[in-house]
Formats: sequence, C-alpha cells, structure tokens
Amino acid sequence: MRETTYDPAHIEYVLRLGDNALILGQRLCEWSGHSALVEEDVAMANIALDYIGRARDLLTLACELDGGNQSEDDLAFKRDEEEFKNFLLCELPIGDFAWTIVRQVLLDTYHFHLYDQLQRSSDQKLATIAAKSIKESTSHLRHCSHWLTRLGDGTDESHRRVQDALNEQWRFTGELFAADAIDEFALAVGIGPDLSDLRERWHAQIASILHHATLTQPIDAPPVAGGRQGLHTEHMAGLLACMQSVQRAYPGLEW
Amino acid sequence: MATPSNVAIAELEEAFQQRIDREEKIEPKDWMPDAYRQNLIRQMSQHAHSEVVGQLPEGEWITRAPTLRRKAILLAKVQDEAGHGLYLYSATETLGVSREELTEQLLAGSAKYASIFNYPTLTWADVGAIGWLVDGAAIVNQISLCRTSYGPYARAMVRICKEESFHVRQGYEIMTVLARGSAEQRAMAQDALDRWWWPTLMMFGPHDTDSAHSGRSMRWKIKRQSNDELRQKFVDQSVAQAEFLGLAIPDKALKWNDTRNHFDFGEIDWDEFRAVLDGEGPCNHERMEARRKADEEARWIRGATLAYAEKERVRSSTGTES
Repeated sequence: MRETTYDPAHIEYVLRLGDNALILGQRLCEWSGHSALVEEDVAMANIALDYIGRARDLLTLACELDGGNQSEDDLAFKRDEEEFKNFLLCELPIGDFAWTIVRQVLLDTYHFHLYDQLQRSSDQKLATIAAKSIKESTSHLRHCSHWLTRLGDGTDESHRRVQDALNEQWRFTGELFAADAIDEFALAVGIGPDLSDLRERWHAQIASILHHATLTQPIDAPPVAGGRQGLHTEHMAGLLACMQSVQRAYPGLEW
Repeated sequence: MATPSNVAIAELEEAFQQRIDREEKIEPKDWMPDAYRQNLIRQMSQHAHSEVVGQLPEGEWITRAPTLRRKAILLAKVQDEAGHGLYLYSATETLGVSREELTEQLLAGSAKYASIFNYPTLTWADVGAIGWLVDGAAIVNQISLCRTSYGPYARAMVRICKEESFHVRQGYEIMTVLARGSAEQRAMAQDALDRWWWPTLMMFGPHDTDSAHSGRSMRWKIKRQSNDELRQKFVDQSVAQAEFLGLAIPDKALKWNDTRNHFDFGEIDWDEFRAVLDGEGPCNHERMEARRKADEEARWIRGATLAYAEKERVRSSTGTES
C-alpha cells in the first residue's frame, strides 16, 4: 500500500463534494426524455452534464490525494451505500418539475456561494475545479431561479406545487451548514470556507429569491441529516442499485 | 384577394415544379402546392417526434451507464436528440403549424414517429447497437435529405448529420469494446445485433412498390432516394462493419451478388412492421404514456408562464403610468 501524505480529513472533504455532485447529477439524468418541454430536456441535461463532469473532477482528485490506487469509477460504482457522503437532499427522487426546480434553487445557491469561496482554497487543484464550477453554478442558478419566479408567481396550481416542494425540502437544508470535524479541519487549513458565513450568504439570497417568487420561507424545523455520516434515506438504495447495476453484475471488465 | 382560378393554380404548380427541377430551394414564404406543404408537415413532424421519443430508449441507460465517461457521453448524445427535435419542430413551424398542434397529433396517434423506438433497450450493448445501427440508418436517410427541396428542412439536416456522425461513432466504439471484451460482453453485443438488425432495416419504410407517399415525394424532391435504395446502401455498408467486430448479422440470405454489385438480403417480417406501426410493438404504449405524462405536466407549466407573463405586462404598464 502506498503511503498517503494527505490528511484523511482532506480526502474526505473532497470526496463529500464529489458525492454531492455525483448523486445530484445522477438524479437529474432521470429527466432525459421526460421533461414537459423539450427545451427543458436540453437544459436539464446541461445541468446534469455539469454535475457529472464536476463529480469526475472531484472524485479523481480524491483518488489522487489518496495515493492514486483507485479511479473515479471505483468510487462511483464499487462503494456501498454507507460509504457515500452526499447531502440527503441530493438523493431524493426527482418528483415533478416544481420539485426539481426547488431543489436546484436550494442547492445551486449553495454551490454558487461554496464554489465562489473554494476558488480561494489552499488546495490548488480544488481551487481550479471551483473556478470552473462557479461559472456553471451561476448559469444553473439563473435558469432555475427564473423558473421558480414564473412558477411561484404564475397560477394558483404552480404556486401550490412549488410552495409544497419547498415546505417538504426545507428540513433537509439544515444539513448543508452543519459543520463537523471534517469541515473544521478544512476551515483551519484553508481548504474550505466557514460554513456559518456560507449559511448567512445562502439565507440572504434564498430570502430574496423566495420573495421575488412570492413564496413563503418555511419555519425552521428540526433538520434531517445523516448523509455525511453515510446514513441515507430509503431512496439511496434504489439509486445506487440502478447506477451500479452493470458494474456489479460484471465486475472487473472494461466498458 | 380573389381566389386563383384553376388555370392560375395550374400555372403556379407548373412554375413550382420547374423551380424544383432546377434544384432551387423552396423557402417558407414562397408559394407551394397545398399537398407539398401537407406532405412536408407529415414527414418533418414525424421526424421531429422521432427525435423526441427517441430519447426514451437510450435514456433508460443514462442512469445505468457502466462508467462516468460513458454516462457523460450518453447524456450529451440524448441531449443532442432533444436539440434535433427542437430544430425540426421549428423548421416545421415555418409551414404554418404550431408545435402544440403537432404534439396533439402525436398524442392522438394521427402523427407517427420512427417505429424503431418501440423496441426495448435490454442491456448496455443496446446503447452501442442503437448508435451504430439505428443512428447509422438515420444518417443514410438524412444525408440524402440534406438535398431535400425545402430549404429549412435541408439546412436543419446538415447540422443534424454532423452531430449524428458522432453518435454513430460512439455507438460503434461501445460495440468495439464489447466485441473485444469478455465472453459475456461479446454475447451481449451479438444479442443486441440480433435484436436490432431487422427493426433497423424496417426504418427505411415499405418497399418502393408499396410506399404510399414515395412517388410524389420523389417528384417534388422532398425525398431524393427511394426506401429500397437507401436500405440497400445501409446493408452494404454494415456488412464490413459487423465483420470487423467479429459479429454475425442475423440473416442467412445475406450474400454478395456480383451481378448487382450489392449484397442480397432476406425479406423483412412485414407483419411485425405493420403491427409496430399500428401501435402494437413491444413499447408503443410505454412511449406514448411517457409523452402523455410530459404533456400533462406541460399544461400546468405553460399555464404558469402565461399567467406570469400577463402579470408582468400589467406590472410594467401600470409602472409606466405611475
């Protein structure tokens, strides 16, 4: 076994970012061919492509930091559920268009501020990935927040659909800012940002987006969390069974 | 304006046919016989619907692609198909029909889409076979359509063909990796070829002698080559490709003919062709159900965008007044 010169917390930090991108990207892939508007088939595929691309960069970086014995595909297709460290919000089913748009706005806003800060990461490779990601997240957020405004300030039905999705998803947002030892390590060595600062920026922007969309910000409830400890929702098993099916059925082959 | 007399129409039709014969492109605002317009609407909308419905069988495998590289490529490929659908709907709209009307015709069953998309994708090798064979067959047809007489259709085809050539290559590359892989992977590749070969040949439509729209379409140069000519071209090019992969085309009658300078091949199961066309293929119901579900969602989304636009209009007009 090769000796790694990087702190395991550093590797774990990058892995978590990679898992968020992978699992959300995987969910967005489900829209292909099923969007209500063909324009949205194109748009959702674009967003999914950005997330899958980001996942590949981040998982490859995690592998490099870990001594280079594994590949992006080993991490994506050969890990078990408890080894995935994504936020629970990423793994929830795609729901309807309203549900997907609400989730994108919550997470794209998060990613916009996160990757803005990560451009100044002390990990140069992470900073490079962030410089590319911030451009993508800027465009995702523009697209999805415009949709949220149209749906929120559209008809009674569209308003109800996005408000219901927001009410349901809100309890999963606490997890985005719950700093643990990994985040504290990342902050201390300058790899990652201060999550309490990120939380303030996120809240301010989300409040403005919701106001514009005539939506009501839900009251904070006890957060649902566990993804970053590998404790997932019931939806994760199905997602992984599907994503990993070919690799699991035919291990060790080239594709 | 007075209605043109029969004599005037005959003269217009004569002049129109002369333009076609001189290889001039017909543009949206040019006069055209109503039957030419209707023929184009039928063919172009069928083509557009095929691109959109065509996302579904391959889309099944984006979530299951065996590597992240394959996932990204397939996602981009299926995204291209949606883009092709958009160009083609837009090109069809230049003939004075709306996308909503075209969608209604699809859902009502009066407009068709390529029957090939009513077959299921059962393994990863099917993604390779679709790229290689289905997109390969589509390109044979579409290269011919780059010279079609209607300008917007011809121009859309030029762009679509460029992208389709990438699709064929990605499919063939998948097949190459499988054909050189393990025994299981080779079997998977052969099985996919066995299942997709005949439905692919059906994509070119009925024999020329049985084709309802062919004669007029050829005279108007909407179609430039006949169904049987194009099918022959596809068979001829595919034989060497299958040999290179070490896979066997499932047709015992397939044999080089020195006199014709083409491959002879067996007869298509036309009963199956008609059944799939009539809505009774393996996945017709599922494909239409997916489009119906998308259309139901489109209704409330479109309602929201119209309501929002109206509110914005009122806000901006009251804003100007105050």
